[in-house]
Amino acid sequence: MSPSPGKMSARNWDEFMEGIWRQNPVFVMVLGMCPTLAVTVSGVNALSMGIATTFVLVCSCGLVSLLRKLIPKEVRIATYIVIIATFVTVVDYVIQAVSLALYDALGAFIQLIVVNCIILGRAEAHASKNPPMAAMTNALGMGVGFTIGLLALGTVREILGAGSLFGISLFGADFQPWVIMVLPPGGFFVLGAWLLFFAALERRKQRKLAEATQNA
Amino acid sequence: MNSQAILPQTTPAAAMIRTLGLIAAICGLIIVAAYQGTYDAVQENKRIAVERAVFKVIPAAKSIVEYSALPAGGVEKIAAGATAPAGALKFYAGYDAGGELAGIAAEGAAKGYADTVRILFAYDLATSSISAFSVVAMRETPGIGDKILVDKDFLANFPLEAKVSTDLKALANAIVTVKHGSKTKPWEVDAISGATITSRAVGKAINDAAQALLPRVAPNLDKLKEKS
Repeated sequence: MSPSPGKMSARNWDEFMEGIWRQNPVFVMVLGMCPTLAVTVSGVNALSMGIATTFVLVCSCGLVSLLRKLIPKEVRIATYIVIIATFVTVVDYVIQAVSLALYDALGAFIQLIVVNCIILGRAEAHASKNPPMAAMTNALGMGVGFTIGLLALGTVREILGAGSLFGISLFGADFQPWVIMVLPPGGFFVLGAWLLFFAALERRKQRKLAEATQNA
Repeated sequence: MNSQAILPQTTPAAAMIRTLGLIAAICGLIIVAAYQGTYDAVQENKRIAVERAVFKVIPAAKSIVEYSALPAGGVEKIAAGATAPAGALKFYAGYDAGGELAGIAAEGAAKGYADTVRILFAYDLATSSISAFSVVAMRETPGIGDKILVDKDFLANFPLEAKVSTDLKALANAIVTVKHGSKTKPWEVDAISGATITSRAVGKAINDAAQALLPRVAPNLDKLKEKS
């Protein structure tokens, strides 16, 4: 029954890539929009939020998967929330220990990771049905995919809205920042532009596929 | 019998409670471990953050001591880890490399455009003026309200006169924010055109805090000067 090592790693790779591309939480599933729109005013914020969420995702999916045979289905949601809240609390303390400035910048959105639908969704849809390795690999892929999504928004908004990237000024003192990009509406503009871009890619792929089947 | 046929997979209550209890115990352990493990680093970070903020508004300062100005008058040093007594106002005395008093710093707060603007301002004893301020926390509109930190005309308001009145009850002249370009007195704050509300918040925050704090501190300067 046990698959060969080559098959196993291929399956792992598949689990990992699912979150990064095919089921990207931001651009394909459009999940977790609250932190996505709110904290992505700069590259550093986006990256730290992504890392924090990834940590919570991997740890909670690992623990849920380990305990999946123990958890009665009647109390599973309560269990998942307790587990997720635990790791969010850990992240909360760790970020305070690393940098208070970052903690202030992320504000309430660290605590709000508890109700991030990506995490609860993964626990319910994947971790509760798969062994720990597969669950954690899938969670890691989702986390990295989420981080990429946040970075895609954060870097664009920081470059346009503040004229800098990861705090390094790009255009010198004469640059007039496009301030609306770091305000809430800017989040919607940039997210909309990215979704448009990915939708266009998807359409092109399908047209090519249709042409290929017609020719064949 | 019948109910068993309808609900074949009912989990016994004991099993649910056991699982929830077990998970709560595991999670409790993880949280307490994380709290204990990061406690020292978090406290150290908070101390460094305060120190840095004070050094920024009192550039000559190399070390700080926390003081509280008691409601009955008089000042008292706050021991490390202790909190200021009720009704007392907390402020920081900054000392330069030679141990001389370089200035004092205190926090002030006032309602801005989006939320409360919390600032830290430095008071220069030699000239009896507010020499500089920095923002502790604000949610003002980027590019508009947050110009208080970079606008050259606004920063030119400092040093801002803040003499204590002769009866040691309040400031001789209340600090007021005036419309852009109409500043005539050394205790007036020239507002930024287009960011008047945030400018007013800075003026009010400094005025409220200075009115309460400086009359208490002024008679006790000798006590502050000797650094122990």
